[in-house]
Amino acid sequence: MLMNMFEYEFLRNTFFTGIIIGFIAPLLGAFIVVRRLSLIADALSHVTLAGIAFGLLLEKKTGVNFITPFYGGLGFSVIGSLIVERLRRVYHSFQELAIPIILSGGVGLSVIFISLADGFNNDLYNYLFGSVSAVSRQDLYIIIVIGLIVCAVIYSLYKELFLLSFDEEQAVVTGIHAKRIHFIFIVLTALVIAASIRIVGVLLVSALMTLPVAASIRIAKGFKQTIIYAIIYGEAAVILGLFSGYYLEIPPGGTIVMILILLLVATMAAKYLITKVRQRKHRLQLR
Amino acid sequence: MKDTIVEMNNVNFYYGERQALEDINFTIEQGDFIGLIGPNGGGKTTLIKLLLGMEKPDSGTIKMFGLPMRKFKEKSKIGYVSQKANTFNRGFPATVEEVVKMGLTAKLGYFKRLSRQQKQQIHEAIDKVGMSEYLHENIGDLSGGQQQRIFIARALVSNPQLLILDEPTVGVDAENVEKFFDLLQELNKQAISLLLVTHDIGTMTDHASKIACLNKKLHFHEHSDETKHLSDDHISDVYGHPLKLVTHKH
Repeated sequence: MLMNMFEYEFLRNTFFTGIIIGFIAPLLGAFIVVRRLSLIADALSHVTLAGIAFGLLLEKKTGVNFITPFYGGLGFSVIGSLIVERLRRVYHSFQELAIPIILSGGVGLSVIFISLADGFNNDLYNYLFGSVSAVSRQDLYIIIVIGLIVCAVIYSLYKELFLLSFDEEQAVVTGIHAKRIHFIFIVLTALVIAASIRIVGVLLVSALMTLPVAASIRIAKGFKQTIIYAIIYGEAAVILGLFSGYYLEIPPGGTIVMILILLLVATMAAKYLITKVRQRKHRLQLR
Repeated sequence: MKDTIVEMNNVNFYYGERQALEDINFTIEQGDFIGLIGPNGGGKTTLIKLLLGMEKPDSGTIKMFGLPMRKFKEKSKIGYVSQKANTFNRGFPATVEEVVKMGLTAKLGYFKRLSRQQKQQIHEAIDKVGMSEYLHENIGDLSGGQQQRIFIARALVSNPQLLILDEPTVGVDAENVEKFFDLLQELNKQAISLLLVTHDIGTMTDHASKIACLNKKLHFHEHSDETKHLSDDHISDVYGHPLKLVTHKH
């Protein structure tokens, strides 16, 4: 059965892309969650949708195909991330305001582009919920490059990002360029969203960044462990989700997210039970 | 002669049109344990921001370790424990070791990783504040007093010569405040100069060697004999009304 899936090149591409985003999405997600930016990822994914719709429109109306939906999404996502950073600075005391502004702007633009392109089509459906067959070889190459960039930046700026997330004031006192690092970080987020959308879709991409962290934060000691467990959850969900999506003929966005939710619930239940058993043991010892 | 660590000359600072600091002359010498007191809005936090280089004076000069502020780059010579240390997100997944490691970020600079010796330094700093057994615990699982110690360890890990603490005892119970001051005195004996902002005037007069009262202007009490008997007149001068000093002797 496994072999069956790997017979086709596009499925191989999807599988490798899945492995990459199953790694980088939770890796970046760990920082996103502790910096309380979970919803910003959601807002950015909707801007990405506008870029995708723009790419589809351009392709359909003009026949120009050098701005593919993928590049359109990537471009809009990065531009959106810069606007988010700007808005967060303008509304310093109401940073969450950036979310509705960017999110509604993204959806608004998408609706306009989609109707200009004469409505919904199958392609767009794949972008909304993900697809096992949407990754071309060229997409895969770009996603590999994005993966390498994300890993290299996180590796080299790990301690600065960590300090900035934990205690921004202290970070500034120690001479870290907070603005520059915020900027790099939000652009990375945009890149990861653009890379993940092929497989999990616009509507569920933020789940792949945040749900693995939500589960791992329940059981991890410290930040490094949180990242490691989150990546394990992320990879497990992507691999299982892709296979089940393929064989059940369901968009993988749905299967991946539901597996993540199952993992989260199982983790919380296990943690609860272990705590109860330990408490009981402790009480018995005291008697 | 003792080395001068901080030298402020005729410093004035304004927030818009409101003057926050007026003609401040202030020095910290090696080995000092200075308590900085004063009413809310009296400029304590502003003074600290100037020392940390987060704000620039509108007039006057500040020298750090003999260098003018803008030339002073060795930020790791100053350790800082902020008021905000009490209000961090308690759910943040960071172990004690990871938090203390943050103190080396400035010293390491971008792209560099810890050496074995620096790892040793981290463990020594945690040892110094008596928290070794909690190395791998999440910081949010500790008590307020314990967390405070960890933040001191974080400030100590880069071997600073001056430690600045902004109201570090807020939210810490009386017994732990006493232990906390013992720890500070211990650090002071190891040639670390201390500048401590606090409302806890009573406990501080027992420990600090100099007291600075700040309400826009600075009143400095050099002699330790005098500080032991900080007069009610001085206090009401600074606070604008009499304050009762309560000291607890155990």
